[in-house]
Amino acid sequence: MNTQNTLLCPELSAESLLKIDREVAKYPADQKQSAVMAALVIAQDEKGWLSKETIAAVAGYLGMPPIAAYEVASFYNMYDLHPVGKYKLTVCTNLPCALSGGVHAADYVKEKLGIDFNETTADGKFTLKEGECMGACGDAPVMLVNNKRMCSFMLPEQIDALLAECK
Amino acid sequence: MALIDTINPLLTTGWAKGDAGWSLKDYEARGGYKQLRRVLESKMTQDDLIAEVKKSVLRGRGGAGFPTGLKWSFMPKAAPEKYVVCNTDEGEPGTFKDRDLLRFDPHSTIEGMIIAGYAVGAKRGYNYIHGEIFEIYQRFEEALDQARAAGYLGNNILGSDFSFDLFAHHGWGAYICGEETGLLESIEGKKGQPRYKPPFPANFGLYGKPTTINNTETFAAIPFILGMGAEAYLNLGKPNNGGTKLFSVSGHVNRPGNYEVPMGTPFAKLLEMAGGMRGGRKLKAVIPGGSSAPVLPAEVMMDCTMDYDSIAKAGSMLGSGAVIVMDETVCMVKALERLSYFYYEESCGQCTPCREGSGWLYRVVHRIEHGQGRPEDLDLLNRVTDNMMGKTICALADAAAFPVRSFIKHFKSEFEYHIENKKCLVDPEIQRMGSGFFKAGAA
Ligand SMILES: Cc1cc2nc3c(=O)[nH]c(=O)nc-3n(C[C@H](O)[C@H](O)[C@H](O)COP(=O)(O)O)c2cc1C
Ligand code: SF4
Ligand code: FES
Repeated sequence: MNTQNTLLCPELSAESLLKIDREVAKYPADQKQSAVMAALVIAQDEKGWLSKETIAAVAGYLGMPPIAAYEVASFYNMYDLHPVGKYKLTVCTNLPCALSGGVHAADYVKEKLGIDFNETTADGKFTLKEGECMGACGDAPVMLVNNKRMCSFMLPEQIDALLAECK
Repeated sequence: MALIDTINPLLTTGWAKGDAGWSLKDYEARGGYKQLRRVLESKMTQDDLIAEVKKSVLRGRGGAGFPTGLKWSFMPKAAPEKYVVCNTDEGEPGTFKDRDLLRFDPHSTIEGMIIAGYAVGAKRGYNYIHGEIFEIYQRFEEALDQARAAGYLGNNILGSDFSFDLFAHHGWGAYICGEETGLLESIEGKKGQPRYKPPFPANFGLYGKPTTINNTETFAAIPFILGMGAEAYLNLGKPNNGGTKLFSVSGHVNRPGNYEVPMGTPFAKLLEMAGGMRGGRKLKAVIPGGSSAPVLPAEVMMDCTMDYDSIAKAGSMLGSGAVIVMDETVCMVKALERLSYFYYEESCGQCTPCREGSGWLYRVVHRIEHGQGRPEDLDLLNRVTDNMMGKTICALADAAAFPVRSFIKHFKSEFEYHIENKKCLVDPEIQRMGSGFFKAGAA
């Protein structure tokens, strides 16, 4: 099964393809495309970012046109269509967070890392992004690390600790 | 901390143990899945079940407040393939209740969805969980596995002839997927662009099949309503505003968090539960129902009770129950600038009035905030909103317009001051101090 899958899609690892298969199984047999959002995340996790080739590979595996997968990848904010640093930090600066320091937290990270939003540090370690509401406004300031890990109550001390922990 | 305070714990009964109380055995120990069992074992009819939900006057908790029982009754009886979909996109700035519902008590939502599936005759359901809470999505998948293993999901549930399965689908950063038809497009593996309505999802929903879509909190309330009886649930709140509601309180209070209170609880009481104003400062304004709801000045808000009717009468909306509290350190122009940027950024771009209008609103508010406003700008902003409201495929355009109109209406002098003096009325140093990010005295 695995080897067969990797023959179908040599661009992605057998492990990633297995994960994609699990997603496909959630939907009716004729609706494989429904798994594209999850599949793109799985591919992004493996490759670090989504190149046109990776997107096309995912599309091919799900039997959909590459342009349809590309449309999805470019519509949703958390897909990275360009390489990012080892740690992508996304800071929520929407109003509810800003009232409790969201913008100030972003400013603090910018100063510490010497980069602005949408920039990557010279050593390739950090990329900084501005995020919209993450549905965690009571825990402001809030940040995401590499899309999947949420950090709450990020005051200067906590930010310092997080940056130090990112090796 | 899971739950800080509550008046009538219902939805939040399971939150007491924080992260240690979410699993199936805890839920069962609290009486979980009893209602599903009762519905199936008594072979309750679909009509009786829907009538019970109608009687509770449960209104959709996702923002629009549409009566849930009525919505369920719209589902065509005969269709062979139908779906139940849960909306946990929760992108409305200020809202963070559905996250905690799934975090501390995912099985109440699961049980509510299974019962809804029974009521409308669906065999399959999806819960759409926004991508920013991936850890919660993973927990929900675990909860689904538990429910499946215990026979609450799958074929012939609890030995009945009812079969239903449920899956989780995650978003990946698009506010517009909270709009129900954008969400359905997204589950289908497309851009989350809302559809023209009609047809409504009850007739043409997921994969073109009849679909009932409700908010997480709406589904989570179902087992509790059946448990205590529709009438008792309704009586917890006030007429036409049944039950309890979760309020996500954010901003300048001492204890931001989720609070469950009966509908009709005075705002002043909710504010007190949230620990009162941070630093004892003065309340300036409140957005009572998520960032799309019109802002209300302090005096108006202090006279409101937390229910659909009272907030509507005051000129705003209960919306998603996100209460954004602002004190006197806030510059209202800057606050609006941030919201307008959000709607501009999140417009899906299908409709010209929304795509162009939201950009225009942001640019004009931005220039006022940055000292380049012109005297005619306030009229211009109002005119732009006139051309957006009610003229688009979905309500995002209205959601972009409401804050602009209400901020200008209630805080006009602050905008005028900005245009005239090219600076904030509220001293920038005071604004900076307001967020609590910098320790007193630190640079
Ligand atoms: C722009 C926009 C965003 C929305 N976001 C959400 C959301 O995040 N969660 C939600 O439950 N409903 C949201 N809604 C409302 C849904 O379209 C829909 O009315 C709701 O999910 C129905 O469930 P209910 O009847 O239980 O409230 C949004 C609507 C619009 C127009
Ligand atoms: S109103 Fe805006 S968000 Fe809604 S469909 Fe039109 S362009 Fe998209
Ligand atoms: S505004 Fe930042 S998480 Fe909601």
